[in-house]
Amino acid sequence: MIRTVIERLRRTLVTVQEFTLFTVALIRTAFIPPFYGREMMHQLYFAGIGSLLIVVVSGTVAGQALALQLARELAQSGAKSQLGHFMVISVVRALGPVLVGMVVASRMAAGITAEIGAMRSSDQIDALVAFGTDPMKRLVVPRMVALVIALPALVIIGDTLAVAGGGLVGMQYHITWESYAAGVLRYLTPRNLLVGMIKPFLFAIMIAAVACWKGFTSEGGAKGVGVSTTESVVICSVGILVLDGILTRLIFRMLHW
Amino acid sequence: MIEFRDVDYSIDGRPILTGVSLYVNPGETRVILGPSGSGKSTTLRLLIGLVHPDRGRIFIEREDVTQISEERYRQIRQRIGMVFQQGALFDSMTVGENVGYALLEQNLDEDEVDAHVREALRRVGLDEGLIDRMPDEMSGGMQRRVAIARALASRDPKILLYDEPTTGLDPQSSERITDLIVHLRDTLGKTAILVTHDIADAFKVGNVITVLNEGRVVFDGPAGDLDRANNDFIHQFLAPFRKTVAAAAQRLPAGVAPRPAPAPPLRGGTS
Repeated sequence: MIRTVIERLRRTLVTVQEFTLFTVALIRTAFIPPFYGREMMHQLYFAGIGSLLIVVVSGTVAGQALALQLARELAQSGAKSQLGHFMVISVVRALGPVLVGMVVASRMAAGITAEIGAMRSSDQIDALVAFGTDPMKRLVVPRMVALVIALPALVIIGDTLAVAGGGLVGMQYHITWESYAAGVLRYLTPRNLLVGMIKPFLFAIMIAAVACWKGFTSEGGAKGVGVSTTESVVICSVGILVLDGILTRLIFRMLHW
Repeated sequence: MIEFRDVDYSIDGRPILTGVSLYVNPGETRVILGPSGSGKSTTLRLLIGLVHPDRGRIFIEREDVTQISEERYRQIRQRIGMVFQQGALFDSMTVGENVGYALLEQNLDEDEVDAHVREALRRVGLDEGLIDRMPDEMSGGMQRRVAIARALASRDPKILLYDEPTTGLDPQSSERITDLIVHLRDTLGKTAILVTHDIADAFKVGNVITVLNEGRVVFDGPAGDLDRANNDFIHQFLAPFRKTVAAAAQRLPAGVAPRPAPAPPLRGGTS
């Protein structure tokens, strides 16, 4: 029993070590040529344009649902004019990056892990190595760069739609668009924007690293690829929540909030 | 040209290869023969650096590749063309992109790559019109030919490695691929290693045969000597193919490196 626990702990530590080394190598490799521009553009299209619809839908719906909750409470306490303020703080600082991050993570992590896992099981990654290509540069770096560009952009779109949706809900509670917009603009400070934009940048690196690593380490054919894909999505989703918690605390401390 | 010197390799403490030594002369086509799980494919994976030995040394053109940097290995790999067991074509790329992959990686001009791709497709008896097809739009036999064309299209590969290139193909397609390998052996004269469990293929293609069993070399010499090898495993392994072996032994005198079988005319086609 104790031996089993120790063995599991050892394996977990080895996995954490391997993943850390993989991530460090990924970030280091990202700055060393050759750069696969065509592959990067292809991945950027897949990550950005491909995720646009789900981000638009989730941003719009989640923003309106949040605004509905806030507007009712604020109306009851006589602070309806504060809706813009609360929406900016909630959406830009917290909800937007996490919501868009998780939506994109579920799509991209599954796609990346399944693709690289299938390449692994059909010897395509070995073939890349055999032809003198570094799979890290050819497969992983373009996906990470694409996500680092696409995710913050998608967060901006998701935030904009969510905040705009809040304005529409506010109108149902007799909050004028002008007063709502004034509240939004007052709290759309560089600091709040910075907090909202640091998160997706780090989420993107994490999604790329986890999804590619799970693909590279998948074993056991189609079943193994399926298991790795599921694990990849779960790790990315939970990872975003954990990273969000850690970053929020860190940022609050750094900005003396 | 290629040398394995007392190589051991294991996975999680389970020995895959034990004390493997073999030497492949320049221009020789060596066949590595053995049952499934005997470590045949692992020798190719070790040679190309996909896995690394626990012990022993591996030399390619007198350079000890167990002692070199990954960057140097990458340069050496550019002189090797490898055909993987199931082809391992890049399924997100067209036939042309697959065949020209190594050349594009070396930043060659696109027109030059295109010319090399067409030449490689012609060499393996495939129509140039297939250049824009995706791998999954072709039969298994055609995919294997594309994989061979990809190996040939590397910038003048000095070494060709074939890892069970006929596995999973119907007998007709399998024979066409074997004929193609024989044709390339005779026309290109490159150093090559063919890994197979098919005894008929081994005798058809190989100058010299190495037999592996449970990760150990149990025979290493001219194909003509294989029938007379004093080894129980080899006798059992060859038993179902007595006629093939006897015919080869008659054709190839013992102790003399066999003359390659004459190359059959290259057949084009769609298999």
